[in-house]
Amino acid sequence: MSATATRLGLAAMVVAALFFLFALPRFAELYVLNDITVYAAMATLALSLALVWGFGGILSLGQSVFFGIGGYAYAVAAINMGESTVPVLLGVALPMAAAALLGYFMFYGRVSDVYLAVITLTVSLIFYHVMVATSGGLTGGQIKIGSAALGGYNGIPGLPVVNLPGDPAAQLDFEGMYYFAVGTLFLVYFGVRWLLTTRFGRVAVAIRENERRAELLGYDARLYKLGVYVVGAGIAGLAGVLYANWGGFISPVVFNIFFTAQVIVWVMVGGLGTLVGPMVAAVALQYVVTELGAAATSEIKASATILGVRFDARDFLDSNVVLGVVFIVFTLFVPKGVAPYVQEKLAPWFARRRADGRAAP
Amino acid sequence: MDYALVVLIQVAYAIASLALISVGLAIIFGMMRVINFAHGEFLMLGGFATIIAVHQGANLWVAMFAVAPLTVGLFGIVVERLIIRPLYGRMIETVLATWGLSLLMIGVASVAIGYYREGVATPLGSFAIGIYRESGYTLFIIAVSALVLLAVFALLRFTRFGLIARATMQNPGMAASLGVNTRRVYALTFFVGSALSGLAGGLIAPLTSIVPNVGTAYIAKAFITVIGGGAVALAGTLSASALFGTVSQIVAFLATPIIGEVALLIAAIALLRLLPEGITGRYFRRSL
Repeated sequence: MSATATRLGLAAMVVAALFFLFALPRFAELYVLNDITVYAAMATLALSLALVWGFGGILSLGQSVFFGIGGYAYAVAAINMGESTVPVLLGVALPMAAAALLGYFMFYGRVSDVYLAVITLTVSLIFYHVMVATSGGLTGGQIKIGSAALGGYNGIPGLPVVNLPGDPAAQLDFEGMYYFAVGTLFLVYFGVRWLLTTRFGRVAVAIRENERRAELLGYDARLYKLGVYVVGAGIAGLAGVLYANWGGFISPVVFNIFFTAQVIVWVMVGGLGTLVGPMVAAVALQYVVTELGAAATSEIKASATILGVRFDARDFLDSNVVLGVVFIVFTLFVPKGVAPYVQEKLAPWFARRRADGRAAP
Repeated sequence: MDYALVVLIQVAYAIASLALISVGLAIIFGMMRVINFAHGEFLMLGGFATIIAVHQGANLWVAMFAVAPLTVGLFGIVVERLIIRPLYGRMIETVLATWGLSLLMIGVASVAIGYYREGVATPLGSFAIGIYRESGYTLFIIAVSALVLLAVFALLRFTRFGLIARATMQNPGMAASLGVNTRRVYALTFFVGSALSGLAGGLIAPLTSIVPNVGTAYIAKAFITVIGGGAVALAGTLSASALFGTVSQIVAFLATPIIGEVALLIAAIALLRLLPEGITGRYFRRSL
């Protein structure tokens, strides 16, 4: 991408940030702001994988595990402490610690891309089984950490919402949560953008491009990959904190295969190697999935008997069907995702404009 | 003494069931370098094929050993043609596309079959070991698992198809220049792997309630077993199942089954730190 396009993109994002933080809340309804709050949490999660996969070249299929750890860490700490500053920090630090531990084994063991992908996904699935079992199956009784019962499949409801640092009574209202979530999203976005311009970010991208060459130039690829992975985990954890705050609730659903699959789809559809693409895709697809809901719980719409077997069709557009089709179609036909596709289409336009500009005076 | 026997049977059962749910995945991965993320849903399809066939009046054993493997095997051929074939040699893309297939299958099954289909009863009753009771089906699974591994070994080692398949996996270009239709070999290998997944699905149908997302309960274990085993399909499955099955079952006895599963995962991650290419990356490299 040319320097002009980069500057234009940055300017557009600054305008978007100003719009969402200062203009929109003045005229939007409260429920719209509340919806945007959860979309901001999801977009933050998308950013974490956009960084780890798109720029670090690490296919972390179980990225939402850090989202879940962040959410649970916040939930347990907030219930026990009755105050939110330390829990928020824990919600970032604990996923980073978990990523450092898991990443050490994977990167220093030099397991291959595909093995890494499968291991990260498996970790997420096992977390799901374990958290579901915290209501009894794990040790034979309800598991509590301090005064917070983990609650198995039902999760932890009624979480205390974030308060102003140092003042537990000053809890954020819906509007405050909106500012907190959207502000965090843009802060993370500009932070990641900055990170990618630093030496660390450039080396990480170089390793994605050609790991062996980067190592021959003297960079320890294992360490840089671990670094990117840990930073990504921190961002995902922060997204989990936002999510837990939005609903006042966290449950093992965040560890299940559907949840972690949709994060991959966001990045794949939005475009590998971009940041805005996955953010926008997260919002768009999250919207579609929320609208569709789950077919399993809906009413039977039609029945057919094929070869003597009765099949009941519920809502045909089950969210799994939609995600699955998007997944397959993009892998086979649009492997680069939408944002790079648009960039490719726009690049000649920029080039033409520059040429015109040079010719005109 | 009786207790020791029960523990022994349970450990053997853990190993056998791990091998059974992983062998289809391992064959496809070992022979074709494709990780089939829809493996869990292949199990689900085998399970549904079995219970639906039984409810249609078929004999349980016919449903398990014929209907389930054939249904899933034929389905596998279609999948290979439509989704896997355009992506050969691109492992990451195959992972993503088959994961999409996995979600699609869960979705379609939820829409068309639903979560409330009646299952089948566990056959073969139970028998007494001292004061303990053990299910006959447990022993049956152990025996079937051993037979399946033997049959796969014989197929790869002694038949013409096995020879051609192994040659194709070793050097597709050379095999093709010797007149082998490599596309057909890939399709057939995928058929065999899928059929074995279908068989495994049929065999678990009497043990668990088959629902559209039942696969997610098994794939974590199957993936770990295949990756821990490494690229050599049979020796990998066998050695990894033996190791992980023993670890998880013993921990399950000492604590709970869920903690056993966690121990399995931790053992696998520690193993991969030492042997990044799995057990067969260093040992049994020349076996099947």
